[in-house]
Amino acid sequence: MWEFVNYYFIPGLVLGCIYALGAIGITLTFGILRFANFAHGEIMMSGAYLTWTVMAIAAGAGLTLHPLVAMVPAAFLVILLFLGTDKFFYKPFRKEDTIKVVMASFGMMLIIRSAVQMIWGPNQITFVRGIAKPNATLSEITSNMGLQILMPNKHLFIFAGTIILVMALGYLLNRTRIGKAMRAVSDSPDLAHVTGINVDKVINATWIVGGICATAAGVFLVMDTQMLETTMGFRMLLPMFAAAILGGIGKPYGAVAGGLIIGLAEELSAYPWIGDTPLLSPGYKTGVAFAIMVVMLIVRPQGLFKGRSF
Amino acid sequence: MEAYVGYFLYLLSLLTVGGIYAIFALGLNVQWGFAGLFNVGIVGFAAVGAYTYALLTTAESTFHLGGFGLPLPIGMFVGMVMSAIVAAFIGLICIRLRADYLAIATIGIAEIIKLILKNETDITNGPRGVNKIPRMWEHFSEERFYSSWPMSWFGTPENWEAFFDKLPNWYWQPLFAATILLIMYVIYRMLERARTAPWGRMMTAIRENEPAARASGKDVTRRRIEAFVIGAAIMGLAGALFAQHLRLIEPTNTFDPAKVTFLTWVMLILGGSGNNRGAILGAFLIWTIWSASELVITGSIGLISNIFSTLDPSILQTRAGFLRMMLIGILMQVILQRYPSGILPEVRPASPKADNNDAGSTGETK
Amino acid sequence: MTEPVLSLNNLKAGYGQTEILHDLSMFVNPNEIVAIIGPNGAGKSTAMKSVLGLLNITEGTVELNGENITDTPAQKVIEKGISYVPQTNNVFVNLSVKENLEMGAWTRPTGVEERLEEMYALFPDLAEKRNQAAGSLSGGQRQMVAMAKALMVDAKILLLDEPTAGLSPKYRGEIFGTIQKIKETGVPILIVEQNAKQALGVSDRGYVLVDGANRHTGTGAGLAADPEIARMFLGGGH
Repeated sequence: MWEFVNYYFIPGLVLGCIYALGAIGITLTFGILRFANFAHGEIMMSGAYLTWTVMAIAAGAGLTLHPLVAMVPAAFLVILLFLGTDKFFYKPFRKEDTIKVVMASFGMMLIIRSAVQMIWGPNQITFVRGIAKPNATLSEITSNMGLQILMPNKHLFIFAGTIILVMALGYLLNRTRIGKAMRAVSDSPDLAHVTGINVDKVINATWIVGGICATAAGVFLVMDTQMLETTMGFRMLLPMFAAAILGGIGKPYGAVAGGLIIGLAEELSAYPWIGDTPLLSPGYKTGVAFAIMVVMLIVRPQGLFKGRSF
Repeated sequence: MEAYVGYFLYLLSLLTVGGIYAIFALGLNVQWGFAGLFNVGIVGFAAVGAYTYALLTTAESTFHLGGFGLPLPIGMFVGMVMSAIVAAFIGLICIRLRADYLAIATIGIAEIIKLILKNETDITNGPRGVNKIPRMWEHFSEERFYSSWPMSWFGTPENWEAFFDKLPNWYWQPLFAATILLIMYVIYRMLERARTAPWGRMMTAIRENEPAARASGKDVTRRRIEAFVIGAAIMGLAGALFAQHLRLIEPTNTFDPAKVTFLTWVMLILGGSGNNRGAILGAFLIWTIWSASELVITGSIGLISNIFSTLDPSILQTRAGFLRMMLIGILMQVILQRYPSGILPEVRPASPKADNNDAGSTGETK
Repeated sequence: MTEPVLSLNNLKAGYGQTEILHDLSMFVNPNEIVAIIGPNGAGKSTAMKSVLGLLNITEGTVELNGENITDTPAQKVIEKGISYVPQTNNVFVNLSVKENLEMGAWTRPTGVEERLEEMYALFPDLAEKRNQAAGSLSGGQRQMVAMAKALMVDAKILLLDEPTAGLSPKYRGEIFGTIQKIKETGVPILIVEQNAKQALGVSDRGYVLVDGANRHTGTGAGLAADPEIARMFLGGGH
């Protein structure tokens, strides 16, 4: 029972948080700018590389920074990267068929990845070795309650970070003028246009929100796996798309739910539900997201939360 | 003399690989140029064609399923069929939805295919891949072919062995290149015919004004699935030829999305999507640039590492490879923005001009 | 003679290369309801969109209070005080009624709360549904939200594109009643309508559009009484 919770359920939630944060950016872009951004995973990956570069620079100056701190300047750079990409590569196609922007984003995917591989090299960078110890206080408190929950600190940081970001996003979308305008543009760009809403400003806000969430997702992923890889963005892309579609395009909470479901499904698919062998060979974990997505596209393309279906 | 043979063989390999890419680009042109279907999983269809061909035609092996040692044309044909079946599966699910979904689904299926290739080690030998794939014309000099029919009708194995010993060891290369170019030409002719036939005109009509085409009773979804499946079958064939060219295929490096899917896209866009000649031109052009830039990079790295002895040439080499990929990506963006119709723009088959029902900037159909 | 609030002078316009308006002239005076009627495809909605800079004007001018606003982008036009209610998709369905109205006030960020109260007074139905998603409302109520949303700014003129299309007779009457109430607040209204008889009934003046040009002009009552127009459009009333 506790083995299930500690080795399958909690890692599933952790992975789900990472997918959720990535999928928020994808679903907002899809909802507001109306295109599937294939470069999102790569931008997430570059956010992680930038964070560790900030940490390395700080370490050179004799400062030890926690990734969550180093993430702040990195997120700022990622936002600039998003805004620059939009200005030079996506904006020229704003009035044209959206598939052109999808193509441009597909090109950006390779440009960004190649740039990262050129700058930082193609090999894995491991930065923390050894096994992360479970948080002692948490296991003590839970064992007093008759539970045996083992969670390393990194997972606690990931949960806390995700909850804070999702709550901040909820505040933004429901309480602020620009957030409501983001929902309005996602609802109907044409009506937003003739209502006088400054759509360019809304688009920039979308990139900023997407950039912050993507950086956090990238950094959380690296905190979890303890290594940086140039292919990590591409590997995340499919589960994140699946999460966005599952939750309903243009629905940020849907994306969060979708991310958690897909993260859990991927980890739980490897649990020995029947007999002693994993239900699904761990090699096929990534396939779970795709299978869920295909089923959704067949039975309910608008997603669980009734997002936009095209 | 030796040097000339070297240049000649380099030119032949340019034509061979360029021709294989041209077939990929023609397949993509059916999907994108004719039907406006956005496929970013070309590498998946290539892998299906390549692995099908490899398993069916290799000699029996303990490492993977089969091989069945079947005749080469059967391997290629079944490769096409398998690729078409995968495409039909994706097409039936996604084509009725917006283009973005098809893009996501195709990139997804390409990854799933690679997962299967990596994990089903009993069938595919997993990450180690399939080796000794027979290559057209060269395969005649393999013992299992010359010692069985139909070659055994014309001579004893000893005679054949003596015959092949007399030929230069690259004898197959001009024949292989010529065969690939011939296959490319046949596909080109067939697609040109399809383009100007009612089927092609209907595809143009659907792409230009889908509501009008639907209203006039055309089965738009069915036509699109047809185009998607035909394109994928052509890609499957190109994959089988790719396997022959490489002789060893494995899931990760052989079927790198950047080098198959992305290069094919750049080729088609540069050459001119919708134009079959453009697809071929773009393929040869980009492949020549790609392969020549490798020589330039190798040359200049030698130079740089002589001057700056602190730099490790092997690191420079890999980094330069990524620079090359990045430049190709930027080239694609420039073409998309500045020259969207490519070098050879699409020539529309004569058709009654559809009503331009562009809804302007408030258009709700976009 | 009063200066018109909005005037369209010898307009030629269309989408891309296709010209739809061939020679259109009309004006709206202060405190006036003006109706544009005409058969399908006559360019009624196009005339309205040309004011908003949403299409290609090849000749002629659009003036707001004497200022030339031809080819001004939609967002600027709206900032200048032209409020527009499209025929369909005219509310943000996933936003609440209140949020819809707040979005209407985007170009006028101050005094939103006061204006909200005014709108709830003008549209009492909406006051009780202010926190409901606009998508959950009935067609007539959505139309009310759309009009209230358009009035959140200090509108110099309100453009309504077929406000009663697809509504039941009961709601049609209510909408026309509201239009008259809006006029009483001092906002002139230009309205495109299929329900010609009812539209002319509330209008001070009317234009009959045929093939992208105005065919007849007159007072609302005068046009409604004209036998030729009655024969052309009023019979069915659509």
